[in-house]
Amino acid sequence: MRINKHWIVVVLVTAFIATACTSGSSTTTTEATTAAQTTTTAMSCTVENLNLVTPGTLTVATGEPAFPPWVGTVDGEGFDDPTSKLGFEAGLVYDIAEQLGFSDDQVVWTRVDFNEAIAPGPKDWDFNIQQYSITTDRQEVVDFSEPYYTTHQALVVYPDSPYAHVTSVEDLKDAILGAQVGTTSLDFIEQVIQPNTAPFVYDENVDLEAAMNAGQIDGLVVDLPTAYYVTAAQVDGSVIAGEFTTMSANPDNYGILFAKGNPLVTCVNQAIDTLKANGTLQQLEDTFLTQGGAIPEISG
Amino acid sequence: MTEPTTVGGGGPGIFGPPPRRREEGARGALIAFFSTLVFAGLALWAILSSDAWPRVQQQFFNPRHFTESFPTIARGFWLDIKMFLLAEVIILVLSLIIAMIRSLRGPAFFPLRALAVTFIDIIRGVPLILLILLLGFGVPALQLPGVPRSALFWGLTALIISYSAYTAEVYRAGIESVHESQRMSARSLGLTQGQALRYVIVPQAVRNVIPALLNGFVSLQKDVALVFVVGIREGVRAADIYAARTFNYTGYIAATLLFLAVSVPVARFTDWYTDRDRRRRQVMSS
Repeated sequence: MRINKHWIVVVLVTAFIATACTSGSSTTTTEATTAAQTTTTAMSCTVENLNLVTPGTLTVATGEPAFPPWVGTVDGEGFDDPTSKLGFEAGLVYDIAEQLGFSDDQVVWTRVDFNEAIAPGPKDWDFNIQQYSITTDRQEVVDFSEPYYTTHQALVVYPDSPYAHVTSVEDLKDAILGAQVGTTSLDFIEQVIQPNTAPFVYDENVDLEAAMNAGQIDGLVVDLPTAYYVTAAQVDGSVIAGEFTTMSANPDNYGILFAKGNPLVTCVNQAIDTLKANGTLQQLEDTFLTQGGAIPEISG
Repeated sequence: MTEPTTVGGGGPGIFGPPPRRREEGARGALIAFFSTLVFAGLALWAILSSDAWPRVQQQFFNPRHFTESFPTIARGFWLDIKMFLLAEVIILVLSLIIAMIRSLRGPAFFPLRALAVTFIDIIRGVPLILLILLLGFGVPALQLPGVPRSALFWGLTALIISYSAYTAEVYRAGIESVHESQRMSARSLGLTQGQALRYVIVPQAVRNVIPALLNGFVSLQKDVALVFVVGIREGVRAADIYAARTFNYTGYIAATLLFLAVSVPVARFTDWYTDRDRRRRQVMSS
C-alpha cells in the first residue's frame, strides 16, 4: 500500500511538470528577436560597431575536419587549414572579413560539431560556416545569411556498379543509397528518388566511404562539389555517376549560420551582396568548385 | 544470503528504506509528499524563470515537432526492441557457455579456460562503439565469400559479443557463489565435471544472479541504439535525423520517452523479482 501512495505522488508531480512544460509562453523570444533586428539595421558595419564575441576579432566556426573543396582544394592543398584561404568557404570568409574591415590575422577559426552549433545557449563564435542548407524549420532556431552558394546533388558509385550509367531517378528505385545526417542529400533521396530501401544514414562522410568499401551501399548522394572531393580523395576508385537535375523540395541554398537574433547577420549580408556584385563570389566558385570535364545528368 | 533483511515484513519502498511501523509509514508518506512538492516546485521555478527557458522550450518541448517526429522515431524504436529481444536470447545462452568453460577444473581444460579468459578480457576492454564500427565496417570490407555484409548483422554481432563477455562474468560470479561442497557432493555421487555443472551448480548459480542479469537487460535495451553508427536507422538515429533536419531537439525527448516506457517497467520488475526471491528464501530458511 505504501508503494501505491508513493506512486501517486510521482504521477502527480510528473503530470505537473508535463503541463508546465507545454503551457509556457513562446512569444517572448520572437518579440525579442524582431526588436533586436530593427534596432540594428541602422548600425554601421565597422569593426568597432559589430556585435562580436571577442571585440576586434572575427571568430569563425567550422567543422572538424573541414573537407575540400570547402576548406582546402580537391588536390589536398591546404587540407583542413582554413587559414590557408584555400577552399571556397575559407576564401569566402576572408573576403567577407575584408569587406567588414578585418585584417587577415583578426580572423580566428574555431571548430564545433554540428549539434553544438545548433544547441540553444550562448555561442563562443560569431558565425558558423559548413554548408548549412537554409530551411524554414531551421530558421525558427537560428538565423542564416543570404545564400552564398546553390548546389545540385550528385550520385557517387563504383564504375562497375549497376547504377554507374543511370539517366533517371527512376533507375535508382532498387539502389541502396547512403547520405550524411543533416544534409539535404538525405532529404533528396527520400523525397525525390524514393528508393525501395530506406537510405542508410551516417554521421560523417568518412563513414559513407567505409560503407561503400564494405559493399553495404550501392552509392552515396552528396552535393556536387563534395562529390568531386569524395571521388578524388575519399573513396578510392569511385566516380560521379551523374548530377541530378531536379532540386529537392528545398533548393540547396547554403547559408552562414548565426545565433538567433545576432545583428551581425545584417553586415555579413551586405558584404555578401558586395562580393556577388563585384564578381568575387563567382571567382571563388570558378577557382574551387567548378572542375573540368562534363558530368552526366540524371533527370527527375 | 548476507543481505540485510527488512524489519516488519513487506518489501522496501521504491524510493528509500522501509519505515519501521505502519503509522510511521503514513506520516512518512505525507512528509515525502510535501518535501517532493517543495523540491519539484523549487526546481521548476529555477528552470522556468531562466531567460533562456522560452528558447529551450521551443527547441526541446515543441508539440508540433513532437507530433511530426514521433511516427518515424517509433518505427525506429520498434527496430531497437526487435534487436534487443533477439540479442538478449543469444547472449543469455552464449555467455552461459563461456562461463561454464571458464569454470571447468583440471589441467586438461587449460586451453579452453585460457581462450575464455582471453575472450572476456579483450572484449571487455574494447569500447562497444568501437567494436560495432570495427565489425560493422571492417569485416564486410574483407569481402570474404559467404560472409554477410549487412551492417545490421555485424552491428548486432558486436552487441552480442560484447554483452556476452560481461554476462559471462555475471554467470561466473554466480557459479562461484555456489558452495564448494555442492560440487564435491555432486562429484562424489559419480557425476562428471560437466554433469555437476549442468545439474547442480548452474541451476543454483543462475538463480543467484537473476537480478544482475535483469540489470544487464535494462542496459542492453538502451545500448542496441549504438548500431546507428554503422548507418542503421533505429530510434535514436531517427531522432537525430529529425534534429539535424529541423534544428529542433523535441525528437530526442520523444525517443527518451519511448526508451523510458520500456526500461522503467523492466527496472520495476527487477526490483519486484529480487524482493520476492528474498522473501521466499527467508521463508525457506526459517
